[in-house]
Amino acid sequence: MDPHRKRTIRLVVALSAALVLATALIYTSFSAASPALSPSQLLRQAQPGHSYQLTGTVVAHSVQHAGQTLDFSVEDRVGGTVVPVAYTGTVPDPFREGREVIVTVHKGTGRGFIGERDSLITKCPSKYKVAPSSENQSY
Amino acid sequence: MAAFGHAALVLALAVCLYGIAASIYGVRSGLSRWSDSGRRSVYLLAGVLTVAFAVLEQAFLRSDFSFNTVADTSSTTTPTFYKAAAIWSSQEGSLLLWAWLLSLWSSLVLFLTRHRMRDIAAYATAVLLGFGGFFVSLMIFYANPFATTNPAPAEGVGLDPLLRHPSMMIHPPMLYSGYTLCTIPFAFAIGALLARRVDADWIRAVRRFALAAWLLLGIGILLGARWSYAELGWGGYWGWDAVENASLMPWLTGTAFLHSLMIQEKRGMLKVWNVSLVLATGTLAIMGTFLVRSGVLNSIHAFGGATLGVPFLVLIATLIAGSIYLVVTRREMLRSEHRLDSLLSRESIFLANNLVLVGLCFVIFWGTYFPLISEALTGTAASVGPPWFDRYTVPLALVLVLLSGIGPVIAWRRATLANARRNFIVPLACAALALLVLLLAGVTSKPLALTMFCCAAFVLGSLGQEFWRGTRARMSTAGEAAPVALLGLVRRNRRRYGGYVVHLGMAVLFVGVAASSSFQHASELSLSPGQSTKVGAYTVRYVRPTASITPRYDPAHTGSTLSLGAVLDVFKNGRHVATLSPSEGFYDSSDPTQGSVGHFIGGTAVSHVSMDAGLTRDVWSAIAPDIDTAQLKHIIEVGNKTIPLVRPDEGIVAVAVMARAYMQHPPPAQFHLIVSPLVMWIWIGGLIVFAGGLIALWPARGSMRRADARSRTRLGAELEAAREAKYRELRDLELDYRTGKLSDADYHSSDHAVRVEALAILDRLEELDQVEVQASQAEAQDQAEAQEREQAEEPEQAEEPAIPTAS
Repeated sequence: MDPHRKRTIRLVVALSAALVLATALIYTSFSAASPALSPSQLLRQAQPGHSYQLTGTVVAHSVQHAGQTLDFSVEDRVGGTVVPVAYTGTVPDPFREGREVIVTVHKGTGRGFIGERDSLITKCPSKYKVAPSSENQSY
Repeated sequence: MAAFGHAALVLALAVCLYGIAASIYGVRSGLSRWSDSGRRSVYLLAGVLTVAFAVLEQAFLRSDFSFNTVADTSSTTTPTFYKAAAIWSSQEGSLLLWAWLLSLWSSLVLFLTRHRMRDIAAYATAVLLGFGGFFVSLMIFYANPFATTNPAPAEGVGLDPLLRHPSMMIHPPMLYSGYTLCTIPFAFAIGALLARRVDADWIRAVRRFALAAWLLLGIGILLGARWSYAELGWGGYWGWDAVENASLMPWLTGTAFLHSLMIQEKRGMLKVWNVSLVLATGTLAIMGTFLVRSGVLNSIHAFGGATLGVPFLVLIATLIAGSIYLVVTRREMLRSEHRLDSLLSRESIFLANNLVLVGLCFVIFWGTYFPLISEALTGTAASVGPPWFDRYTVPLALVLVLLSGIGPVIAWRRATLANARRNFIVPLACAALALLVLLLAGVTSKPLALTMFCCAAFVLGSLGQEFWRGTRARMSTAGEAAPVALLGLVRRNRRRYGGYVVHLGMAVLFVGVAASSSFQHASELSLSPGQSTKVGAYTVRYVRPTASITPRYDPAHTGSTLSLGAVLDVFKNGRHVATLSPSEGFYDSSDPTQGSVGHFIGGTAVSHVSMDAGLTRDVWSAIAPDIDTAQLKHIIEVGNKTIPLVRPDEGIVAVAVMARAYMQHPPPAQFHLIVSPLVMWIWIGGLIVFAGGLIALWPARGSMRRADARSRTRLGAELEAAREAKYRELRDLELDYRTGKLSDADYHSSDHAVRVEALAILDRLEELDQVEVQASQAEAQDQAEAQEREQAEEPEQAEEPAIPTAS
């Protein structure tokens, strides 16, 4: 076969394969992704059978262990709407009441949500420090 | 001292600006003294930033809380070891570390290349100083490590207890060294494109630095994984977190570059690909730094409330736009000198390996930045989890491991099917044997893990055969004993056999990953003393609680006030195999509203993992003791009411009472227990990888001498480098032939072709030498004539009055 023609065929095959793979990648990422929602958004938008990434703050005095399940509530960063979560799996060390968490949940029975196993992430508190006020800063 | 440190930063910025201007003026005007001055400004930058770093480090060690950074990330109770490491736990300190390491590595590379590629090096100097200036500007205008507060607080917040692990001392510097080293090949690639010198010379100059970047970034990633596994209470080593992914991406493209650069060195091919990989690696390294500091993606590692997103975006946009512009405008000179001789050649395998590595990088890039992509396209930020990453990365990793076994047994240029078939017998037999043994052992439930084990066995067979054949060939030609022949083989072919050792390590590492992720047994449950549970084949019994109150000398030496834990006995088939002592450290809080006793344990609580690690399995344990019992709460409440805040000595006594109460009436504790097979092989594989990297990195004897000899003229340097490459190619061909990868006919035809190419280079070198000899003769004649003229003019000069000199 003419080498030039051979190279063209190879290029077309390679580009077609890359296109198919890229399409699969894009399709599966959209179908497998969980939207990140605050508690108030979650209560408005949650559909049974779908998972969501719930982000918010752990409500004070809401954390309770019940066997292997950890029950806690998450509220909007500015307060207000509260969502109860029943979670099983690894609990990160910095998990505390008042800390910001991200947990993948799906709708349970009633108002509650079920946290997916080992999906709980806690923001590291030291990395969310408040900047010192500028008036007493000097160089 | 803060003012001194701040002044050092301002001086550093001035040095960067001067160095950039001097380098560009020097290379544009052809005045090398300006380029040299630009290079020396990099050395000066390293000196100035060393002073700045020392000032800040000293502030940490002295607990000088007038420095905001020190007050925010250290305290008097933070152990000294962690005070020293706390400098890079903050945004400001880590920026200083970045800039400092960049200046040190840049100084080293520019010193080593001071007599070579002067035009490329001058542009590279400007680029490196541009990076330096950017980071120094961030510190001056956005995140000043020398910002102070007056009056200084009496006590600092302390280093986040999660960061109190020995890895804190080495993991960030390793990662940052990797990132900063990635910018060096980037800078030289930009220099080569700007200078329009895109031959393999610049690649040879930065190869070692690219390898060092790959090595240090890899060590940093592995240390992070080990830290996560051994310290954090979740028992995993990789979570597909955005910041973890950000460090892996430049490592993957760097790995691809280290393979494909060999094709450019040997065959003058893949120039566009190589330069694109280098530019992508440098840009991804900056993007990794951006991810940690911008707060655009949720990550447990990111610096929160960060304000550096916009400057980083501007830098990244500039890097991408500039890189694309330079590659497009230089595409003609980046054309390959040869084409692939055969699809059955090592070049083709390297190309396939490159595609897989870049594919992996693209998958990880897409998954990592998907929240931003989905928000831009749909208005809702959505993210993909570990299962999505696993779906794509596991098959790609399988192909990658397989290719790492195929590559070594295929010859350069062209391999015949018959030879390839013969070379595959041993590796395939190893893979088949592994499959048989695993099936007989009943390992059938996890097909992907099974495939990985077989691929790894294939690699082991392939590499074992390579080492054996190479050693045997050397034994027969040099008459050496086997160990001496093996050592000689590796010493004379460091890059090849160092690379093979890396492949071996990767196969071992992936066996550990496949086994530990597929056959892990985990249990999370609540136990009281005396109770037992089953985890896989093991029985774990909670024997008794433990407690200690040692604010400065806790068992883990991390400065926790109260440490509560458990003694666990581990049995297998009724036989005692290990005793574990997991604990959780409770750290003090600077919040006075928690009370005189409550603040002692009101900070973060951190697991101190205990495990019995072995070659076949790890038994891993973590505990979360319950301190919210009525009894313990009562002690805190009474203590808070009766003990004033100014009496910490009495407060700590109340904590001791708590510890005793916990020991006497231990409440049920939450345990996380894991039995993971072959985890140890991940770390052993990592060590093998890095041993291989060091072998490949180690300079061959006489290489520096050759480098100096090449530096006479630009053309001479290029030709001598090309001659060395051809000699190396001839040696490789001979080794491929002796290890059975080439047939007689293929070897002789390839050898002839390379020798013809080498002779052409030698002819050109000879011509150049003749021109040089003629030029030097003409120069000598000119000098002689000039001397004669001077001698003829001397009597007239002697009549001139002597100029008196000042003394």
